Amino acid sequence: MKKFFASIKQYPSAIIGTIMILFLVVLSIYVVITIPYDQAIAEWRGSEEMQGASPRTARPTYTNWFTSSKLPETIVIDSADPEAGIKKTVTEVAAGMWDIQMVFEFDYPYDDFPQEIQVVLTAKYQEKSPFVTLTWYTPEGERIKIADVTSRQREVVRFDLQDRLVRNLDGVPARIGLLRVPDVVPYEVQQGTYELHVDTIVFEEGSDIEAQFISFGQVHGAAGTDHRRRDLLLPLLWGAPIALSFGFLAAIGTTFTTMFIAAVGVWFGGIVDDLIQRITEIYMLLPFLPILIMVGVFYSRSIWTMLVVVILISIFGAAIKNYRAIFLQIKEAAYIEAARSYGAGNWRIISRYLVPRIIPILIPGLISAIPSYVFLEASLAVLGLGDPVLPTWGKIINDAQMNGALYNGYYYWVLQPAALLMITGLGFAMIGFALDRIFNPKLREV
Amino acid sequence: MTDTTFTPEELEQPVETAKKKPNSTLRLIRYTVGKFISLFLAVLIGMYLVILIANMGGYVDQIMKAQIRDGIGLSVSMDPELRRRPAAERQQLINELVAVEEQRLGLDKPFIGRSFRFLFDAMTLDLGRAQQISSDSGSRFVRLIILERLPPTLLLMTTASFSLFIISLVFALFLSRNYGSIIDKLVIALSPTSSAPPWFVGIFLLLIFAAVLGWLPFGGMVAAPPPEDPIAYALSLARHLVLPVSAWLISGFFASVFSWRTFFLIFSMEDYVELARAKGLSSRDIERRYILRPTLPNIITSFALMLIGLWQGAILTETIFNWPGLGRMLYRAVQTFDTPVIIGSQVIYAYLLAITVFLLDFIYALVDPRVRVGSGGPKA
Repeated sequence: MKKFFASIKQYPSAIIGTIMILFLVVLSIYVVITIPYDQAIAEWRGSEEMQGASPRTARPTYTNWFTSSKLPETIVIDSADPEAGIKKTVTEVAAGMWDIQMVFEFDYPYDDFPQEIQVVLTAKYQEKSPFVTLTWYTPEGERIKIADVTSRQREVVRFDLQDRLVRNLDGVPARIGLLRVPDVVPYEVQQGTYELHVDTIVFEEGSDIEAQFISFGQVHGAAGTDHRRRDLLLPLLWGAPIALSFGFLAAIGTTFTTMFIAAVGVWFGGIVDDLIQRITEIYMLLPFLPILIMVGVFYSRSIWTMLVVVILISIFGAAIKNYRAIFLQIKEAAYIEAARSYGAGNWRIISRYLVPRIIPILIPGLISAIPSYVFLEASLAVLGLGDPVLPTWGKIINDAQMNGALYNGYYYWVLQPAALLMITGLGFAMIGFALDRIFNPKLREV
Repeated sequence: MTDTTFTPEELEQPVETAKKKPNSTLRLIRYTVGKFISLFLAVLIGMYLVILIANMGGYVDQIMKAQIRDGIGLSVSMDPELRRRPAAERQQLINELVAVEEQRLGLDKPFIGRSFRFLFDAMTLDLGRAQQISSDSGSRFVRLIILERLPPTLLLMTTASFSLFIISLVFALFLSRNYGSIIDKLVIALSPTSSAPPWFVGIFLLLIFAAVLGWLPFGGMVAAPPPEDPIAYALSLARHLVLPVSAWLISGFFASVFSWRTFFLIFSMEDYVELARAKGLSSRDIERRYILRPTLPNIITSFALMLIGLWQGAILTETIFNWPGLGRMLYRAVQTFDTPVIIGSQVIYAYLLAITVFLLDFIYALVDPRVRVGSGGPKA
């Protein structure tokens, strides 16, 4: 064992690979513990409303570090949230009429306009719905009236859809018109402190209103968002345990079954061996990916069904030929003869004498096989056959592909899952490659 | 140099070929025919398995029955004369028509009997009509759709595989000559990158060359509308080929160069190579006759494995690059749930795999002297 570690030190690639894989394993464990499965699925599968104040296809926040002009982040101010510190001033203007005044003040230090601006009103009333007036104050003190609204229990006021406001802004969309430096073309952002006044007249005792101001930014979170406003951080993180377990289980399942069948064939020889050989030849002609696609279309897209099918159609894979060649050599070894002479049964010889001998040769192959299965899962997802429930890296790439991410310039959408896939693939490939050279000295010489 | 040196092999060779010639051709033919028959049987059994999988749980039957019922229900409800009749009577009429149709298609008989007819239909690509997809010429016959999509796939895949083959072979020879150089070490270090499949590399290529730089098209086979002039057409085709082919090259290059270089190095350490070197043969000659020649069967085997991977990888590469071939067709069939096309593509992929294996077996037989001389030939 010591010798093994000493020899692995000679391969810096193996060390880098191990670090990469360790990173992924630690990440996976952390993710599974901190974001429980049910919560992850609920967030991933949830509707757009569940995503709260996330913008659509927003870049990750870190893109701002690399550019001189800063893209806006999402600004959320909620009067119901005590931390926001929005004070309500209530005055009785007439008998049975109260005026509730709220001032939303915020800084806008960015160089680009937000994606959307809206106010969500939540009113509490019995019969007479409150009347709300929204007014906007620019840093220069200019006053722009946004809208008069008779608020229902829940009323969403989208600034871009206020026709009168847009007309007042000379037809410029409100999200630009409200924040631009006046009369400058092309539009420039007027940085500074803006105010939004929410004036509400309520007509009932005990009637109240809460307002949530959202300016949807163009960057959001550590990983950006997708077309359904979902934060991409969740699938990126959760993709790791899924990819690792799929790759690992598939590699173990296929390698060990294949090897065992080869051992059985070699040991029993004769008809059994012939049969296995012929079946292998037929299996080689089975179109692997198309069959997986067929299963995905007709039966189930669940990743675990796919796993079973992958193992089933790889059992008699071409690898049997390699293992067979090695087993044929081992079979002639003297210690097998000895085992036979003391009366060991067939299965005992196979499981105790033949199979253990091949394990060292097997392990590099097994580790090198993991990336191919990780990429297989991603490939299926890219074909639209990804697991319908689980958030995986392949699904992100598929979503991105379907929404023309590359064409529209949403590079982060593709690059982030691709980078993680790359790390996984490279990590395992590097370890497998080094192990191959350690276990097969013939390769090491050259 | 070579003319004046006689190796024992060279002395023996003419005698042996003269003696074995008629016999060896016969052997070759027998070997080829045997391979052909066994491969055909393998395709047959493989296709039967596919049909069993496709029909597992009577899924295909259900789809077909539902389709029949839909079609007949629609035609009855559209018929103005039948529409006036009472609902119960109409329902009965529909049931009768459905039963007749199911009998005509043999859906009332047990599956085992039908499965052989399916098999025959599948092998002859007689797969009926597609449900959603149609060929560019407007046909809905699965066979015509497949035949129309085959040439683009063949074009892309042969270009990709042969360029990969030749480039990596030449490069591997170069490395085996410069074993231990910086380039050699670089290739070894980079060979794990080949774990990324071509479509994955393709995404990056698209990002760089299509999205950011805008030098090459995002996908497709020719510009739209296709140029009239044949030269312009070929140029446009070549332009569209660059990215998918490079994706294949980049994805496969390092691994195949590495494995072939290793082969060459192992073989170049054999005693007979040392001897040839000691005799003072030029390194070109040594390479050609003492290294390339004996490694040829190995090279062909790995080329065969590469091709097999290629057919399947084509599905994704074509999807990513919008290449109008079989893979893209299968992708669209998956999206639109078009059963006949999906099963049809299984058949065509099985055929392509079998033809590939057969051709390579044939070349193998030509190259491997054991087949001709008759020491049993390669064990599969």
